Amino acid sequence: MIELQSLYKSFAGPEGVIRAVEDVSLEIREGDVYGIVGYSGAGKSTLVRCINLLERPDAGTLRVKGFGTVRFESGRAFCRQEGSEAETALSEKQLRQLRGSMGMIFQHFNLLDRSSVFENISYPLRHSGLSKAAIRARVLELLDLVDLREKANAYPSELSGGQKQRVAIARALANNPRILLSDEATSALDPDATESILRLLKELNRRLGLTIVLITHEMAVVKSICSKVAVMESGRVVEQGGVYEVFSAPQAAITRKFVDSSSGLGRINKLIEEQSEVLSGGGTLIRCTYNKDCVGEALISEVSRLYGVNMNILLGSLELLQGSPLGGLIVLVGGDMEKRRAAIQHLCENNVIVEVIEHG
Amino acid sequence: MAEWLASIMPNVVDYSGKFWSSCLATGQMFLIAGGFTLVLGGVFGVLLTVTKKGGIAGNAAVYNFVNIVTNVFRSIPFVILLIFLIPLTRWIVGTAIGVKGAIVPLVFGATPFFTRQVEAALANVSPGKIEAAAAMGSGKLGIVFRVYLHESVPDLIRAVTITAISLIGLTTMAGAVGAGGIGSFAINYGQNLHHQDIVNVCVVVLLVFVSLLQGIGNALARRTTNRALFRHNIEVE
Repeated sequence: MIELQSLYKSFAGPEGVIRAVEDVSLEIREGDVYGIVGYSGAGKSTLVRCINLLERPDAGTLRVKGFGTVRFESGRAFCRQEGSEAETALSEKQLRQLRGSMGMIFQHFNLLDRSSVFENISYPLRHSGLSKAAIRARVLELLDLVDLREKANAYPSELSGGQKQRVAIARALANNPRILLSDEATSALDPDATESILRLLKELNRRLGLTIVLITHEMAVVKSICSKVAVMESGRVVEQGGVYEVFSAPQAAITRKFVDSSSGLGRINKLIEEQSEVLSGGGTLIRCTYNKDCVGEALISEVSRLYGVNMNILLGSLELLQGSPLGGLIVLVGGDMEKRRAAIQHLCENNVIVEVIEHG
Repeated sequence: MAEWLASIMPNVVDYSGKFWSSCLATGQMFLIAGGFTLVLGGVFGVLLTVTKKGGIAGNAAVYNFVNIVTNVFRSIPFVILLIFLIPLTRWIVGTAIGVKGAIVPLVFGATPFFTRQVEAALANVSPGKIEAAAAMGSGKLGIVFRVYLHESVPDLIRAVTITAISLIGLTTMAGAVGAGGIGSFAINYGQNLHHQDIVNVCVVVLLVFVSLLQGIGNALARRTTNRALFRHNIEVE
């Protein structure tokens, strides 16, 4: 649906050039809910703006199904539309056509404060040749889609954050785009509203087959709705793939940090730093990651029994990613050194990913 | 009533014909110069906003030109501007005195002020709204009219109010150098002939007019904040 190839974008900042997007290649398939995660400043906002050309990449290629291919070369854009052979400089009209083929929602909603809900949603429809009656019918349909029909005549200042984001979603979908770009759409919302917006996005993805590209710094968001994920750090995509694959076996340090921050297992680092009493007993501190194949087995007590080691569970978590369970434990293994090694070996043989954090 | 008026402001009653024609002249200067200022300042304010670095149609040449011209005319005191522009005024309208002769310097005096006010009003429109409009496929003109001008209406109303009030001040100053109007009436018939009641009445008239403008401006600004001036509700059932 969307394909990015070696995209680059840099800005002139006060302290030299900021490389916001560095050699990013991604493929987003039709129907994906594609999460792009990273901390602020990682370049994810710029990256998503390169997809609808709110930012013009310096170099690289962008391919969008139903539109065509745009190639960037030293800041200039050349476009080959679908069904056409010729490559021309990207025109204003083509740019607007490309943008029209995707909707976008924002952290701060960006609704027009002086326009009612109805007028906000009809914004992209007006001046498009549609009759008043057709616009009204379409807006009412959209209002039903986001469950806000009774608020048609309200103004944004009279709505809650979640309601505003629903209006923004309706507005973004007015032209029936196949793609929705979401820029931290839930970051300004309370947990309940976040939950309901995510549910709505998921439903839109399922019902309309809408492809969603979602950038966020919240792991919870990725876990609850994304099917694929790309992790960004200082302009580069450091890891990408299925959500379960990436988060059950994180390769990059930044991905690990994200996983830990949401599972709570990261707290062990703090305990080590503070030389907490819980660690004073000594032993080998290990971290076990259980994937969907072994999460159901009672391995810890089995190992403890078989090898005569003490398994002291310090932290544990179990999460559902894409409906599949992913477990994590921080265990302090005590007992004879040989036995500890054998016990860890046993865990590894049973598909548990074991990392030794500290020998003591 | 007439007797009572004659007892408290005898000279105003004596010169009532001159008084009314002065009010009319001030009104004419205000409306005509105000109309030009509104359009020109509006256009320049929008130009400054869109051609600014990072604006929707960034253009350093246009921006610098408008910016410098605005600054130059803003920094010249109005009384100096009046005499400085006399040759230009003669060339444009054929005379440098009377209501006709006052229009040109008034427009030159008020437009830079209004331009800055418009620029400030538009700068208050959040960049996110501009971005959202661009993402929905709006072009530059669409963004100017449907987002910038539409969203800043309350601020623009405040800008118009402030500019209108300062324009009244300018018309009275123009009156001092031969433009007619309430300003010259107060000076020539009040101050010079030692008719204090004429000065007093001129003050009251201006006070009432300015208060009226301010009141209307405030009410409209309030009525257009976070809503349209008139709601037009859509039937949803």
